[in-house]
Amino acid sequence: MAFREYKIGARLFGVALGGSMLITLYMPTVDMTSVAVTETGLTKQLSYGRIGGFSYEDPFLRGEGKPKTVTLTKDPSTNADMEAVQAFVYEPGIPFPSGINHPRTLGPGVTEVSLDKGRIGEADDTAGAVFLIRRGTHQGETLHYIENATATRGWKYDQVLNAGGDANTAYVGSGKIMFVREGCWWCHTLLPEQTQDWQYFGIPPRLGDYNGESPTAFGSDRKAPDLLHVGSRNSSKEWMMMHFFNPRLVQPHSIMPRYDYLWGDKDAEGKAIDFDGWRAAYNDYAAGETLTPPDVPSYASNSEIRYLMDFILSLK
Amino acid sequence: MLKYLFKRNEDIPPGTAAVFFGFSSIMWFVIGTGLGSFNAAKLAFPDFVTGTELFSFGHMRQVHVLAVIFGWISMAFAMAMMYITPALGNTKLWSEKLGVWNCFLWNIGLSLGLTLLWFGISSGREYSDFPWFIDLYIAAFIALPMAFNVWMTIITRRTQGIYTTNWFFGAGVFMVTIVFIVGNSPEWFNLTGLSEAYMTWWFAHNVLGLWITPIAAAIAYYTVPKVTGNPLYSHRIGHLHFWSVVVFYSTPAAHHLMSAPLPEWLKSFASVEGVLILVPAIAFVSNLLLTMTGKWHMFVENVEIKFTITGVMMAIPLNMQGGFQQTRAINWYVHGTGWIVAHAHLALLGFSTFLEGAAVYYGLQTLLRRKLYSLALANFHFWFLLIGFSIYWISMTIAGLIQGAGKIYEVPYIDVVIAEHPYMIARWIGGTMVFTGNVVWLYNMYMTAKAGTEIPEGRLPHELAYER
Repeated sequence: MAFREYKIGARLFGVALGGSMLITLYMPTVDMTSVAVTETGLTKQLSYGRIGGFSYEDPFLRGEGKPKTVTLTKDPSTNADMEAVQAFVYEPGIPFPSGINHPRTLGPGVTEVSLDKGRIGEADDTAGAVFLIRRGTHQGETLHYIENATATRGWKYDQVLNAGGDANTAYVGSGKIMFVREGCWWCHTLLPEQTQDWQYFGIPPRLGDYNGESPTAFGSDRKAPDLLHVGSRNSSKEWMMMHFFNPRLVQPHSIMPRYDYLWGDKDAEGKAIDFDGWRAAYNDYAAGETLTPPDVPSYASNSEIRYLMDFILSLK
Repeated sequence: MLKYLFKRNEDIPPGTAAVFFGFSSIMWFVIGTGLGSFNAAKLAFPDFVTGTELFSFGHMRQVHVLAVIFGWISMAFAMAMMYITPALGNTKLWSEKLGVWNCFLWNIGLSLGLTLLWFGISSGREYSDFPWFIDLYIAAFIALPMAFNVWMTIITRRTQGIYTTNWFFGAGVFMVTIVFIVGNSPEWFNLTGLSEAYMTWWFAHNVLGLWITPIAAAIAYYTVPKVTGNPLYSHRIGHLHFWSVVVFYSTPAAHHLMSAPLPEWLKSFASVEGVLILVPAIAFVSNLLLTMTGKWHMFVENVEIKFTITGVMMAIPLNMQGGFQQTRAINWYVHGTGWIVAHAHLALLGFSTFLEGAAVYYGLQTLLRRKLYSLALANFHFWFLLIGFSIYWISMTIAGLIQGAGKIYEVPYIDVVIAEHPYMIARWIGGTMVFTGNVVWLYNMYMTAKAGTEIPEGRLPHELAYER
């Protein structure tokens, strides 16, 4: 390295690469972290939990260690009727999302109100907690913030789970894990584009819709419809069930793989699912030998397909 | 190769690491393109191998992508560095033992990482899909040892100046290490939200811009002058290429997310920088094509030049697409369609693969001191790659334009799927041709090592190509 030119060159190289990283990493990050989270962003991070890919709590991506989303129409402690709310239930040991652990990431205004009025600073993941999304104001601006209902209303996680029951509980966070693990996002984007897509796939996301979500699973190679608002277009569980089991049942031209293996071994009644029998009967139907396809088996309430459907239907 | 892992450095023959890397890269290329062909078959015929989790498309797609990037492309780069860097410094590789270990640990780590991905254990971030402990492994046992070996070889060189190829090698291994560590940091520090999404694409863009493109180009800066015997047309244009890569190629990351809700200034900035990618591209292509002056017959006669110049010429459509498709005027039409898939394959399977293929062909013959076993099989490989790739690229470009039209006119999506079906079959045929060519290549190189004619001292392999 004896040449003078290489000394100059090495320094210039450092300036060029450092300058590039200043403009493309530091400046955008400062910009993006100064955005206040929207209601959508709060719903996403509270229903998905801490992280959506590989994590300590869920190393094999089975959907473990995630919160549950419960729709309540009665106050779980007084049993009085109330307007329907979504409660995000973190049982003891379920890690909190970034917004609770690092309230600063909620953005200006939301952080202060969530801490002062929502008392999220008092939440403790070893004891479990219940969170709600509330509408409030900060310095004249309307915003949505997180309320720690365990602190403000005394709602215990088990009370809320019992009050909701299985029918009103959605495994949205576990379902997002299925979405990532099964690679749904290799074909279905979660990003309606700003220049078009409004009519067919719905409104594109906004800057504050992502605070605290990880990963965002935008997808880059759209080979199938965008799913960001799929729950608003189609909320039929029956249709979803048939479509996941064998997409050709409801859409003969679909190139989506079959996700029948997400049913597991047993159906809702605990009976073993006869996949070979089903496929043989379906092949007869596809060959035109029978008039109707075989019935899709019901799914167990803790099956992976239930998680995935809960997630898909939560995409409003 | 494994017997050298515990030998003393002096006892390991020079070139061992490069040969080890060379054969590993060809094997990963066969695996990677085999997976690609399998995945393409599933897109054309959705019930092909159905109903099992491990063979579903969503579990296989990322394994294909990362097998070709980390296995084929990056290992072929490492192969080229292990023999070209010392050759241009008139010295030996700084540590042959480190190189052999590097290759060994690379194969182990990559196999482990891809197996995890195959089972669905992923970070959920495209191109940085590996979970964080595999990222750490890659940084510590793949990127850093390679960078250290290349740097020490350049520092201990026995020439005064540093040739163009080695500027790129030295800068490339440095930049890819930084890019890899910074780009994967969201996982280590659990960064979330749009910053994480943007950093995912910052990584994906810069791996292409500061690693794959410049290193592939650097290889051409070596092979063309070396094989033709012509000196490089202009070192000054080489300077322009080098500095414009560092400045213009490291900045447009946000153009991968043009329709995402990123700050508008960032998208505009990225878009303008993205057009400036044409500066290094034009510098590179013109420099290499002008170096060929008077030796164009070798484009027909010589395998390495055939591969290299084909790759160089593919850089023309590649950068014309790359420079302009990311502007707002065009991106809204082609974003997220098969057009982009075609473009990505033009970069990795067209441009870069053809340049590396030449380096592996040339390097293995030189280091093993054996003439290519069969020129006919090499030509078969070339044409199967080129025709297979062309079928792939044309069919995916058309499919992308159909998707784009479907997107802007908002037709029901299923009509797009139906319209794309013939092109999905064509894509599968093209991909299968590439895979077949690579199987033949592996056989050819294996036979070269085993039964190739020995090259006498002082002769170059291509001089003997037509002798018996």
